[in-house]
Amino acid sequence: MNLAAYGHCLRGVVGRELLRFLHQRSRFVAALVRPLVWLFVFAAGFRMALGVAMTEPYQTYVLYEVYIVPGLMGMIQLFNGMQSSLSMVYDREMGSMRVLLVSPFPRGYLLMCKLLAGTLVSILQVYVFLAIAYAYGVQVPLLGYVLVLPALIVTGFLVGALGMLLSSAVHQLENFAGIMNFVIFPMFFLSSALYPLWRLQEGSELIYRIALFNPFTHAVEMIRFALYEQLNSEATLIVLATTLVLLWLAMIAYNPAKGMMTRRGGPSGE
Amino acid sequence: MPFLKTATIKQTALCATFFAALVLTTVAAAERVFVSNEKDNTVSVIDGETLEVVETINVGRRPRAMAFSNDGSELFVAVGDDEAIDMIDLETLKVVRSLASGEDPEVIRVDPNQPYIYVSNEDDNIVSVLDYQKRRRVTQIPVGVEPEGLGVSPDGKWLIATSETSNMAHIIDLESMEAVYHRLVGARPRHVEFTEDGSKAWVSAEIAGKVAIIDMQDTFDVIHSIDFEMQGVPKEAVQAVGMQLTSDGRYAFVALGPSNRVAVVDQQSYEVLDYLLVGQRVWHLALNADESRLFTTNGVSGDVTVIDVEGDAGDFEAIRSIPVGRFPWGAIVEP
Repeated sequence: MNLAAYGHCLRGVVGRELLRFLHQRSRFVAALVRPLVWLFVFAAGFRMALGVAMTEPYQTYVLYEVYIVPGLMGMIQLFNGMQSSLSMVYDREMGSMRVLLVSPFPRGYLLMCKLLAGTLVSILQVYVFLAIAYAYGVQVPLLGYVLVLPALIVTGFLVGALGMLLSSAVHQLENFAGIMNFVIFPMFFLSSALYPLWRLQEGSELIYRIALFNPFTHAVEMIRFALYEQLNSEATLIVLATTLVLLWLAMIAYNPAKGMMTRRGGPSGE
Repeated sequence: MPFLKTATIKQTALCATFFAALVLTTVAAAERVFVSNEKDNTVSVIDGETLEVVETINVGRRPRAMAFSNDGSELFVAVGDDEAIDMIDLETLKVVRSLASGEDPEVIRVDPNQPYIYVSNEDDNIVSVLDYQKRRRVTQIPVGVEPEGLGVSPDGKWLIATSETSNMAHIIDLESMEAVYHRLVGARPRHVEFTEDGSKAWVSAEIAGKVAIIDMQDTFDVIHSIDFEMQGVPKEAVQAVGMQLTSDGRYAFVALGPSNRVAVVDQQSYEVLDYLLVGQRVWHLALNADESRLFTTNGVSGDVTVIDVEGDAGDFEAIRSIPVGRFPWGAIVEP
């Protein structure tokens, strides 16, 4: 197989994902409404109660709605990653996963294409959200909108790989609610998305420790720093390392010889 | 040769531009911001260019208001618990002498025409007039209960003293050294600023959370009152304290205490244009020489927020907060 064939495959997978996203208008609206409700309602309501944050990379005090924007960007990507995992469960149930996995391309490559497709969809959502936030008055340095792109790609792969790993373990669509309760909510709330880490530490040392251990915290911080034209190397390294580990585990999980698919009677076992 | 001549002229022009830029940069870098730290008994010196604390000067106990001498060689600091005015040499940045001020000096102002310092002595209900050259008390002017804010008109004709408990602005004729008008303003008046042309005086009231505008040309009456309302901020947190007015007559800035905001007000229409978020319990303000930056002292968070106030009100934004000592009270920028 030559490079063109690989490109054709990539176009096929990414194109399908984008088309599916664009055709599902309700999904597009839901993906936007969720963070916007947080921005317009939650941030406005808690502006005084939660006080103001003075933490890096900010040089001065910022309004609460300014603080939570990077966290909400992470939230969009997190939900999208899980949505992708849901779609993989759906694909498996409907049989289209089998079509994909029996193609002559290496399984790793196919999964990477799938991840890239999910990531691109999430980045599209994030930029639409940023445009609305800009109109609302939450504005970051112009260069920040460009510099945040690599951070968004890495975060997209992180949550995508996590979703892929989870999708290998979830064999029914109905179990997605469990993922919401046990993965998305804890990852989001036990992170620096809504409150700075020092404030979490004031409340509870344990929660602070858990948040430090949560890779989503570091993804949000990586996004936050990039938005303000800075590189948080520690957060970036942690996110990259976690992404690689999750990718490796997802590859194993989707390997018919070793993975969980065989045991669960997945596509290779059907 | 004409070509050579042109090249030489160009080089000379380039060199001149370079050196001019260098000199300008040096001049800009020389701007210093002094911040009195009430609980630390120090004055922090911030470099106006790098926005970093470059020096901390030890002064007497409880430093609050500051003012420059008319020749710009000394900085006066009211040190309340020492009942004195400490005088800092601006070359050496050391306290070189101290002048007895009477009980509990809080706010001081320097007369633009004479070597006089006006001091509000809160416990004695008077305003003391001190001659800082002859180092003696010139006189004392009785005012209302607990005098606090002071403001001198640009022409040196009028002094306004506010009394915290009487809720009044006492307008003092500096020729006769007597209070000639007394005007009721909002509860606990704190600070006075005159417009550049001296035609109006702005008086802030802490508990009322308002600013009264007094006509200083004809009636000497309160002609307007400015209210501050912020969505999501309790009314009691809105306490008007320090103020600064731009010399071009466009904007006024009002520090709003525990609401952690500085209000941007149109000096002509009195309309509140914007509220800018700064540190906790913002108390006093200082504009720099070219009025491109505003420095706010944030008492509870112990820092100074720098606001870029160049251009139009919509473009103003806080750019940095600089940690200083404990409970920064006042700020002043070297002229």
